[in-house]
Amino acid sequence: MAIKQISVFLENKPGTLNRMTAVLAEHEIGLRALSVAETKDFGIARMIVDDVLAATSVLKDADFIASLTPVLAFEIPDETGGLNKLLNVFTETKVNVEYMYSFLGGKKTSSAYMIFRVADTAAAESALIAKGLKPLRQEEMEEI
Amino acid sequence: MERYYQEALECASPEEMRKVQDEKLIAQVKHVWDNVPYYRKKMEEKGLTPDDIQSIDDLHKLPFLSKADLREAYPYGLVGVPLKDCVRIQSTSGTTGKRVVAFYTKEDIDLWEDCCARAITAAGGTNEDVCQVSYGYGLFTGGPGLNGGSHKVGCLTVPTSSGNTDRQIMFIMDLQATILCCTPSYAAYLGERMKEMGYGPDDIPLKAGIFGAEAWSEEMRHDIEKNLGIKAYDIYGLTELSGPGVSFECSEQKGMHVNEDHFIPEIIDPETEEVLPVGEQGELVFTALDKKAFPLLRYRTRDICRLSREKCSCGRTLIRMAKPMGRSDDMLIIRGVNVFPSQIETVLLNHGYGANYQILVGRENNTDTFEVKVEMTPEMFTDNLGEVSARQKELSDGLKSMLGIKAKVTLVAPKTIERSEGKAVRVIDTRKI
Repeated sequence: MAIKQISVFLENKPGTLNRMTAVLAEHEIGLRALSVAETKDFGIARMIVDDVLAATSVLKDADFIASLTPVLAFEIPDETGGLNKLLNVFTETKVNVEYMYSFLGGKKTSSAYMIFRVADTAAAESALIAKGLKPLRQEEMEEI
Repeated sequence: MERYYQEALECASPEEMRKVQDEKLIAQVKHVWDNVPYYRKKMEEKGLTPDDIQSIDDLHKLPFLSKADLREAYPYGLVGVPLKDCVRIQSTSGTTGKRVVAFYTKEDIDLWEDCCARAITAAGGTNEDVCQVSYGYGLFTGGPGLNGGSHKVGCLTVPTSSGNTDRQIMFIMDLQATILCCTPSYAAYLGERMKEMGYGPDDIPLKAGIFGAEAWSEEMRHDIEKNLGIKAYDIYGLTELSGPGVSFECSEQKGMHVNEDHFIPEIIDPETEEVLPVGEQGELVFTALDKKAFPLLRYRTRDICRLSREKCSCGRTLIRMAKPMGRSDDMLIIRGVNVFPSQIETVLLNHGYGANYQILVGRENNTDTFEVKVEMTPEMFTDNLGEVSARQKELSDGLKSMLGIKAKVTLVAPKTIERSEGKAVRVIDTRKI
């Protein structure tokens, strides 16, 4: 099952990211992972949170543009070659990665987590599952 | 075969038209002199009496009326008949200051509806047509005007008024509507919505659209025509003069024929107030020849356009006016080019953005800087940076092709452009030359 990433439009100027984190903090929403892509005048924050619905609604109430994007998440043992093994399967199944980011930690300190945005999430997911990979489910993600 | 609603007037010879205008003008000036003290005083200040107006050649002697006069005389100061003879008012949205409230006698409404009927007929409408009027009904003139015109032509009139898009589409499809009347931006939206719902131009029963009440570009016209599979006709008017139908397009789509037996157009230099020859660009001024309840003489519309006497292949001899570029008091000159905020707005709407924008003009190194800030909308946002950037570039290209000069486009967060109660602050010009 693909998990839900929240994508948020941000102007590229001092204080905008902070205004977003303030809204999340105020509503006690935990960030699991965050990555920001930017151009000279705007950026897109992509994040995984513990309560997707609450986060989307409080951000919209605070006049942010926030949309939900399906992404694939994998747990990888924190050891040399871990990511390489995973990407070998991506290559084999011809899954193209549009962007990706990672985070370490949670309760199991021996694991790293990778988030992948691919073009056709559902097709990629079934191809990868057929090869024995186990993408994380939304509930698992929330418990990390 | 071209059809006309009132052929004798729409295709009158220059001599015939002049005769009509001369007679009506003389009578109208007398009516105003006798019944509108506000204007009589203006005439007296210029040393004029009705005797000084013997034909339309004397029109230029008359004083102008402006939006400021309407404000000053609000609400009843320009009414030309006893209130017992007025049967209706219509009003503007008030976006440019105080609302305009215009008055109508029964006869005024009848003539206004004739003007709209001419427009519908020019768009190919007959009593066989189903005409859906999706302009707002109420104080706004769009709905009532086209509704009346549609009745006069004998179309089956579907008064949906504006909004509730899915219901609009249901009526178009279920009743097999053939003519659509609404604002161009709403027509564009309907076209997109129907496309999303899987209706192609061949599935849509509409054949013509009559769109007005706001600025729109040729590009927008092509999109609407393509999506809905129709021919899109422009219509022009203003509440002060009655509403839509002051002028209308024929199938040539080369300017709008002015119903000059009811409204005499003039083009003036907005600075010197001198009348300019036909063909030159300037501010459009109208004299209402028949309206009795709200008889405005030489009303300055602030719309900038030009007139043309060129022969039209549709057979109408009515003078044509080009689509107004915008309001004279809104025009900016940037790097030597005339830029109207309405043009920018049109491009934004065409590209899927909303109308929340700001134009910033400054000066750096002896060159004008030109930036358009527009609020991001949920519809235009994706998590893909490349795609958002590509849309930003498309918008920038669209502005370049509309205006002829390049603008920097900045996407900003929602609700960061200040809203104001009255007219939005669209332009911030910090040039000091």
